[in-house]
Formats: sequence, structure tokens, C-alpha cells
Amino acid sequence: MSTTLETVLWVIAPYACMAVFLVGHYWRYRYDKFGWTTLSTQIYESRLLRWGSPLFHFGMLAVIGGHVIGLLIPKGWTAAAGITDEGYHVMAVGLGLVAGTAVAVGLTLLIMRRRLVGPVFRATSRMDKLMYVGLALVILTGMANTVVGNVIGHYDYREGVSIWFRGLFFLDPHPELMGAAPITFQAHVLASLALFALWPFTRLVHVFSVPIGHLWRPYVPYRSRDTRMGERRGRRGWENAEDGSRTP
Amino acid sequence: MRVMAQMAMVMNLDKCIGCHTCSVTCKQTWTNRAGMEYVWFNNVETRPGQGYPRTYEDQERWKGGWTRESNGRLALRSGSRLKNLATIFANPALPGIDDYYEPWTYDYRTLTDAPLQEHTPVARPKSLISGRDMAIRWSANWDDNLAGGPELAKDDPVLRKVSDKVELEFEQSFMFYLPRICEHCLNPSCAAACPAGAIYKRSEDGIVLVDQDGCRGWRKCVTACPYKKIYFNHRTGKAEKCTFCYPRVELGMPTVCAETCVGRLRYLGLVLYDVDAVLPAASVEDEHELLDAQRRLVLDPDDPEVVRAAEKEGIPRDWIEAAQRSPIYSLINEYRVALPLHPEYRTMPMVWYIPPLSPIVDAVSETGEDAENRDNLFAAIESLRIPIGYLAGLFTAGDTGPVTDSLRRLAAMRSYMRDINLGRGTDEEIPRAVGMDGESVYEMYRLLALAKYEDRYVVPPAHAEQAHSLEASATGCSLDAEGGPGMGGPSTGGPATGGKVSLPMPRIRRPQEAE
Ligand code: HEM
Ligand code: SF4
Ligand code: SF4
Repeated sequence: MSTTLETVLWVIAPYACMAVFLVGHYWRYRYDKFGWTTLSTQIYESRLLRWGSPLFHFGMLAVIGGHVIGLLIPKGWTAAAGITDEGYHVMAVGLGLVAGTAVAVGLTLLIMRRRLVGPVFRATSRMDKLMYVGLALVILTGMANTVVGNVIGHYDYREGVSIWFRGLFFLDPHPELMGAAPITFQAHVLASLALFALWPFTRLVHVFSVPIGHLWRPYVPYRSRDTRMGERRGRRGWENAEDGSRTP
Repeated sequence: MRVMAQMAMVMNLDKCIGCHTCSVTCKQTWTNRAGMEYVWFNNVETRPGQGYPRTYEDQERWKGGWTRESNGRLALRSGSRLKNLATIFANPALPGIDDYYEPWTYDYRTLTDAPLQEHTPVARPKSLISGRDMAIRWSANWDDNLAGGPELAKDDPVLRKVSDKVELEFEQSFMFYLPRICEHCLNPSCAAACPAGAIYKRSEDGIVLVDQDGCRGWRKCVTACPYKKIYFNHRTGKAEKCTFCYPRVELGMPTVCAETCVGRLRYLGLVLYDVDAVLPAASVEDEHELLDAQRRLVLDPDDPEVVRAAEKEGIPRDWIEAAQRSPIYSLINEYRVALPLHPEYRTMPMVWYIPPLSPIVDAVSETGEDAENRDNLFAAIESLRIPIGYLAGLFTAGDTGPVTDSLRRLAAMRSYMRDINLGRGTDEEIPRAVGMDGESVYEMYRLLALAKYEDRYVVPPAHAEQAHSLEASATGCSLDAEGGPGMGGPSTGGPATGGKVSLPMPRIRRPQEAE
């Protein structure tokens, strides 16, 4: 049985954060499309960005891929595909360390750049700072997991955290699985939940605009003026009266 | 044939006095906002000179425009679509603020708050980028009137191509002004490079615009535009560009830069073109063929077949008539004096230039000879290798033929009209020497020299069926978002507003500036 604390942390908090995440994005997209941008600062500084941003982003994409596999695909499926526990383990730790290091180095460069390059610092908002605290916590605790789960001790998250995570989506939460996880895993999950709740209110919204469509859209889009300008629907009755060319 | 209409501009460079009025009025209208301090939708360059941003014409470095692949297809110089996405996290060829210039203001408060004191207080320049004191080292027209001399001019990419010995002898140098706006290209590379597909051509008038709600700040268009006429608003994180003053043009008014031009050298009007022919024209192999390919794109609006095709595409009658009255077609294809800027970028730019005869006239006058005599002028056009080569580098991908032809016609006009002005009999040999007749030379003179307001600007108002929505847009501009290009107040768009709502998201960047 799970305690009240476990229920709050591993059932109520996740659902609350997911709700903020979803509703927040809907609201932001509905009311602030104009603010939906990467807020690039490259015009101020390129040298550090040229290293930091690709390291961070490519690393991050790999890490996200790893999470999708690790959290969403049940252990039984990979085993059925002929991947042994050992093999999976070596692969996950190897790739995880490479991607994690890239993310960590990239993020360090980006944060240094934010602080040390005058114009970039000046263009850093309070939300940016919060976002960086969130990202840094998530990444630090995440790397700690790899160390704690694989090097120091042994914790197979695919038999704990992953099942809890999938359970949330089937409305079948198992908070006790999280309660039993090592403390770094708990911290990682909590930090991630906080980051997800912040997400829609930061520049991170740009992640959902991945411009994949660019690969096949026509090169030169044409748009008609009137599709953009339908601010008034037709004429009012009295306006027609002044204009002989139209019958009401 | 699929006919479309395009707003186009021609500038008669001989008349530009480099006063920058157009730049200033444009800035006051469109870019006097935070994040846009360094942005000049209209700028005036002294040529030879580095241009704005510095050396933007060096496409080896800045990767703008299109290149023709060996298989005959066009590709963005900045790379394939896949490469475009792979380099999205840090753009490898993005001009930094130093390639433009660091915009500044002055610390005026030290003047207004100064106590009575012995020494005059000084207002120091403060960077609008870093907020700190700064030394002013560059600006949008630092090399105005050849300031900086040969040291600066030698980095002009066009001059470098013309002359292997880059040294420009200052005494025998030449100079003219080149006002520039966005070219509203028929084959815009900015739109092609936009990962979000937020840059589009308006199908009615061909004006190229950035959808401010669709732009995600990937800043790829800045690299792809070979004219560097897309700018990144560093406050809003969105790309912005010259709008061809569409709210004015829709009401039948000329753009602000044209209306306020002191030299009255800008011509505005519609042209008709065949949209299916654009890509083949932009893909011809020989760069020297590009000019003629582009000229052929601009259709004769008096040709009944063109008119029929235009009507079939639903182009309204009054617009076709406006295209027929427009000065643009005749300057490009009848008098053949207007040339596009850098056709070799293959974007099919729609701002055309009549090259300046003044460097030639000046050179002749300096020798003490008669600078209105056609033989003197024709001879000078043949012999002045550097200025002609330079103009060809700008307007014809280096082919001196069309530049020479254009200048000879301007020279012929000059000589022919002198005889008339002096009450002498006209010499019909003069127009014949340049393949024209007296009447068309006179018509060209009326258009270029007298340049009446209604001859220069033939801007048909947006079509009547759409007038009701345009009326709303003239009072409540759809760009009126906070920090947006319109910024004229809340964008309610009138009482019968459909889905548009103003944006309540507070933008809390740079709290130290809140004051
Ligand atoms: C494939 C999808 C993504 C694309 C195309 C993308 C693209 C970009 C671009 C163009 C910038 C602006 C860089 C600049 O010029 O200043 C940026 C910044 C940023 N992105 Fe992404 N991004 C993606 C995914 C992500 C993800 C998954 C994360 C994190 C979870 C992320 C976090 C950030 C952060 C923190 C910055 C700010 C960097 C800084 O200026 O300090 N992005 N992204
Ligand atoms: S000149 Fe204008 S239309 Fe042409 S590529 Fe540049 S921004 Fe686009
Ligand atoms: S206002 Fe006219 S004359 Fe003055 S710089 Fe601009 S284009 Fe030239």
C-alpha cells in the first residue's frame, strides 16, 4: 500500500503537471503565437553558440530517444526481439553516457554564454533563468541515475519507474514503485515534473514546432490577401445602401 | 501560361543625391522600435563601398541566393533542405550584430539633469545591445560618399571581381548611390529557406511578407536572402522585412520611400508575369542569359493573348489596365534601360535600376570636352573600363553589353534633348544609333526627366470586392500586436471582429529596462 505522501508525489503531482503542460500549451498557442519562437540570440554571439547549441540539442534528441525506448517499451518486448538484458544494459549505458555528456557540456557552454556575454545576459528573462535551473537539475539528477543505477548499485528502472510511468497513462498508477526507487530517481522525476509544468511558459515551446514539414513543402508559398484579412465578415446592411453596385 | 500580377519598382540612379530621406522616412514608419534599431528596410549605399551589412554581396561567405546544380536544378546556396535542418541549432552563416553595426543612443540625461557647472556636460553613446558605454566604429552608411577612401572600398565584393588590381586610384574613381529595399523576388530564396514556411508571396500583388504568428525564429531566411533584406528582430525573436508598404499600396498610394524621395527617382507599378516560367528562367545555365530570361518573364500587358490569360486567372480589369499604364514594363522591355540588381543570385528580383550615366558624364567633363555630345559620351562608355565593369558586376552578372546599351540610350536622350532645348533641329541619327526613334526618346525623356507624379506611380487600389476588409486593415492593422511591426494600438479590427484577439502574454525580458 502506498502512503499519502507517495500518492501526492507520484499520482497527484504528475497529473497536475501534465494538466498544466497541456492546458498551458493550448493557451499559449491560442493567445501568444507571436511569442512562440526560439528567441535566438545568435545575432549577439556565435562562437560559443556554435559549439554549445548543437552539442546540447543533438545530445538532447538522443536522450529523448533513449527515454522513449526506456520508459515506453516494456522489458518483455525488447527481450522478445532477441535483445538480452546484458546487451540492452551495455547499449543504454554507453549511448546514455555519450549523449548525457554532450548535453551536460552543451548546457554548461550555453549557461556560461548566457552569463558571460553581456548582450546575451541582458536578453535573459526571469523565465529563461528558471528554465535553466530546471534543465540543469533534470540533467544532473539524470546523470546521477546512470551512475547510481549501473555503476554504484543496481537498480533496473525498467522494472520500477517505467512501469509506474506507463501506468499513469492507463489510469493505473503504482506510486509504491516510485516510493521504492532510489532517491536520485525520485529527484529526477520530481525535477522533470517541475520542468514540464514550466515548459509552456518558456522558450521551450519551440520544441513543438520542429519544422519537419520543411523537407517536403513547396519552396515558395503563395497566400491570398483575403485569407489573411477577413477581419470583418461582409458588409453591414447600411453600407450596402451607399453603394449602388450592390443589392442588399 | 499562368499570369500573375506583381508590384515592382524601378529606380533611376542618375537622380539619387544620396540624401537618405527614403531611409529615414521608412525607419520612422516601420522600424523605430526596440529590437529593430539596426534595421533599415530601405538603405542607401555609396558604391563602390561595402554595402549594408558589410560585404553582403560576398556569397561565398554569406551563402545567399540560389545556385544551379549540374543537373540543371536550383538549390539554395546555404544547402539542401536536410542540411538546412541539420544546421538549425547554430546557423553557420548568420551575420552578427558587428556585421551590421552596434546601434546606440546617447545618455541625454547627463545633459538635461546637469547642474550649473564650468564645463559643458557630454552625452556619451550607449550601446542599445549591451547597454554599456561604447565607441562608435561603424554604422549603416559609414562609408558614405566614399568616406574611408580606398581602404574601405577595396573590400567591396563587386569591385574585387572587376579589377584584379584592387587598388582604386582615388583620383580616377567614380561614385554613385544605390538605394536598396527588399526586391520582392519572383523566386524568393528567403521563403524557400524558412523551415516554418512562414514567408510567403501574396498571390494578388507578389509582395513578400513574413507571417509574424508563423515565424518561429529559426533565422534561416536571413542567410538565404542574398540581399540581406530580412532582419532578425532581436527583441521579439521574429524575422521582419520590407512590406512594400502594403497598407498604403492597397489604398493606391505609393510606398513611403517612393513618396518621400527627394530625387523623385522611384517608379512604381504592376507588371504581369507568367508564374510557370519563373523557375525555368531562374535556372538558365549561362549567367549572362539570366537578364534576358528575366526580361522575358515580364509580359507585354498590351498583348491581347496576355490580357486574355490574365483575365482567365481572375486578375481584375482595372488591374490589367493599371499594368498597361504602368511605367515599369516600358522601362524594362521597351526602352530597355532598367536592369535588375544581381540577376546571378537567381531570385528574379523585382526592383530594377536604371544605371547611372553620371560617372561617364563626369569623366568627360573633367577632360574639358562637351559632355552632352553623343560621340564624346559613346566613346567614353566604350573606354571607361572600370565603371562599366562595375555596373555590369551589379546589374548584369558581369556582362558589359546590356549596361553599355542602357547607358548609350541615356546618353542619346541627353544629346537629342539638348538640340530640342536649344531650339535647334533634331538629329534623328542620334536615336537611330541606339535603335530607337525620336518619338520614343521623347517619351522616355518625359518619363525619366519630367517624371510627373501620376506617371511615376501607377498603383491600383486593391480590388473593390475586397475593399471592405482592406478598409478595416487600414485602420486596424493586423500587425498591430504588442512589439509587432504595426504597433498602432490594440488589434481589435472593429466591432465585427472574427477570431482575432490581442495577445495578453506579458513579455518580461530585460527587467532592468522597465524604469
Ligand atoms: C528538434 C527540435 C529542436 C529544434 C529545431 C530546436 C532549435 C533551437 C534553436 C534554433 C534555438 C536558438 C538558438 C539560438 O540561435 O540562440 C534553440 C534554443 C534552445 N533550445 Fe532548442 N530546438 C529543439 C529542441 C529542443 C529541446 C528538446 C530542448 C530541451 C529540452 C531545447 C532547448 C533549447 C534551449 C534551452 C535553448 C536556448 C539556448 C540559449 O540560447 O541559451 N530545444 N533551439
Ligand atoms: S530580396 Fe526580399 S524577397 Fe528577395 S530573397 Fe531577399 S527578402 Fe526575400
Ligand atoms: S530619398 Fe531619393 S534621392 Fe534621397 S537617397 Fe533616397 S532614393 Fe536617393
